[in-house]
Amino acid sequence: MLVYGFINGTIYALIALGFSITFGVSRVANFAHGGLYILGGALTWYSLVKLGLPYFLSAILAVVAVGFLGALIYRVLLIRLRGLELSEVITTFAVGIAILELLRSMGLMGYEYRLPLFVEGSVDIFGVPVGIQRIIIVVVGAALLLALYLFVHHTKVGLAFRGVAQEEHTALSVGINPDRVSLLSLSIGSMICVISAVFILPLGTISVDDGYDVLIKALAVCIIGGLESTIGVIAASFIIGYIEVLTATYISSSYTMVVALASMLFILLVKPSGLFGKSKEIEERV
Amino acid sequence: MSLERRKERIDRCIKAVTDDIFCICSLREVAYLVFPRMLPIVGVLLLAFFVPPYWKKVLVITFMMTMMALSWDFMTSCGLISLGQALFFAVGGYSAGSLNHYLGLPFYLSIPLGTLMGATISTLLIFPALRLRGIYFSMVTLIIPLMLLRVVEVTKIMGGTEGLTALAPLPPIVYTLAISMIAMWLTFFGLRRFINSDYGLIFMALKDNDRAVEAAGLNIVWFKVQAVFIGSGICSFCGAFMTHYYMSVGMSAFALDLSLFPIASSVVGGMGTIAGPLLGALLLGPLSEALRSFGTFRIVIYAALLAGFTTALPEGIFHYLARKYHQIERWVEVPSGVSED
Repeated sequence: MLVYGFINGTIYALIALGFSITFGVSRVANFAHGGLYILGGALTWYSLVKLGLPYFLSAILAVVAVGFLGALIYRVLLIRLRGLELSEVITTFAVGIAILELLRSMGLMGYEYRLPLFVEGSVDIFGVPVGIQRIIIVVVGAALLLALYLFVHHTKVGLAFRGVAQEEHTALSVGINPDRVSLLSLSIGSMICVISAVFILPLGTISVDDGYDVLIKALAVCIIGGLESTIGVIAASFIIGYIEVLTATYISSSYTMVVALASMLFILLVKPSGLFGKSKEIEERV
Repeated sequence: MSLERRKERIDRCIKAVTDDIFCICSLREVAYLVFPRMLPIVGVLLLAFFVPPYWKKVLVITFMMTMMALSWDFMTSCGLISLGQALFFAVGGYSAGSLNHYLGLPFYLSIPLGTLMGATISTLLIFPALRLRGIYFSMVTLIIPLMLLRVVEVTKIMGGTEGLTALAPLPPIVYTLAISMIAMWLTFFGLRRFINSDYGLIFMALKDNDRAVEAAGLNIVWFKVQAVFIGSGICSFCGAFMTHYYMSVGMSAFALDLSLFPIASSVVGGMGTIAGPLLGALLLGPLSEALRSFGTFRIVIYAALLAGFTTALPEGIFHYLARKYHQIERWVEVPSGVSED
C-alpha cells in the first residue's frame, strides 16, 4: 500500500509538473493541459498503431508535435492577451475543450485505443507485486525532476525562466524577452505533459474523459501545494496519492476522487494560499 | 512615400444631441434612443408567439440559457470568474427535483423553493473558494461540479446515474414560454438596475479594486457571498425550471455545455455589459439547436468561437454594434512620421 501510494504520488507529480512550470514562469494557467495530455497520447497511439513506427520514435514525435502546438497556442492566441487573466483562462480552457471534444467526435473511445506496456511483468517490492511500468514511471518522474532542476538552475535559458518568473520587468531590462520565455515555458510545459502521458497512459485506455480528470488532478495538486513552488507541488502530489490509496483500501475505490477533492476544499478553507504558499502568494491569491 | 492611414471615429450628430436633455426634442431623436432598446424586446415577443411549436421549445431553452449567461456576466463583473456555472444549474435542478419527487410539491412551489435551496447550497459549496481571487477561483469552480458529479454517481443519492424522473410537468407551452420570457427580462432589467445602484457599485468595485473595498471598511467576503448568491440563484432557477420542463433531472445537469454556453455567449456578445450576453445568448441558442446534428462536435464549434472571439474581437458583438450605431468611421491620412498604435 505504501508502495502504491508512492507510485500514485509520482503520477500526480508528473501530471502537475507541466502545469506548474508554465504557470510559474509565464503566469498563464494552461487549462488546455488535459487536452494536450490526451492529444499526446492519441498522437503516440496513431503513429504507433496506424503508421507502424517504433514506440520510441512515435513518442518523440508526439512530444515534439505537442510542444510545437503549445508554442503555437502562445504565439497565435495568448500573446495578444498577456496580462488579461480572464481572457487567458477562457482561451486556454476553450482550446483544451476544443481539442478534447474534437478527439471525441473523431471517435476516440473504447478499448482499442490503448498503448502497450513498455515491459510486461512485475517485481516484488517489500512483498508487494508492482508492475514494471509503474517502476518506470517513478524512475522517469525522478529523472524528469532532476533534469528540470538542472535546466532551471544551470542553463542560460533556465535562468531566464527564473528571472521572468521572479520579476518580469527587471528581466526585460537585462535583455530577456519575456514573450519568448513564456512561449518556451508553455511549450516545455506541454512537452512534459506529453512525456507523462506517454508513460502513464499504458496503464489504462486513452479516453477523452481522462483528459478532464487530468486537468482537474493537476489543478487540485497545484492548488493544494501552492502553485508556484515545485516542492509544494511534489509534496501535494504525494499527499493526494496517499489519500487516494488509503481511501481505496479502507472505504471504496470509487470514492478516491471525491475524497481527494474534498480534502482540497478543506485545505482551501483552512489555508487559502496552499500548504507551501508564501506571503507573496497570499497577496495575489486572497 | 508610404501612405499611412488610420480609422477616425466621430460621434454621429444625433448621438451628441440625444446625450443631453434635447433627446426629447423631436420624434426622430426619441426613435434613435428607443429603437435599439425596443428591438430585442419586441423582436423576442413576436418571435415567441409566431414560430412553429418546435422552435417554441427551443426558445424556452434559449431564454433559460440567456439567464445563465446573464448570471455569469454578473459574477464576472464582480471579479468571480466561474468556469462551473453548471454547478448552480445542477444544484437548483436537483433541489426542485427532489422537492417534487420526495415531498410531492407542485411545480409552482418546488421551483421557487428549489431556487432558494439551490442558491443557498451553491453558495455554501463555493464558500471555501471565495477568499481566492482571479484564476484560483476559476480553478476551484471548475473542480467542484465534477466532484459533485462523482458524489452523485458513487453514492447513488437522488437517483444516481439515472437521475430523478417522472416529475410534474409545466403548464402548456404558451404559458411556459411566457413565464420563461418574463423571468429573462426580469433578470436582465433587475441586474442592470442593481449594478447601477449604489449598492451594486460595491460589487463592481470587487473586481476593479477589492483592496479599496476593504479599505472602505466593507467585508469583501460578505459581498462576494451575496454576489454568488444572486448569481447562483439565477442559475438555480434555470435548473429548477428546466427540471420541470424536461420532467427529469440527471447527471447531464452537470454537463460541460452548461458551463461553456454562458461563457461563450458572454464573450461573443461582449463581457461586462449585461446587454452583451443577452444578445450573444439569443444568437447562440438557436444556433446550437441548428447544430444539434453535429453531436459533440457542437462543443468544438463553441470552443473555437470562444477562442476566436477572445483574441480577435475581445469587445464582443454588442460593443461593435453600438459603435457602428453611434459613430461614423472614416479613413484619414496620418501625417508621415506620426504613427498611432
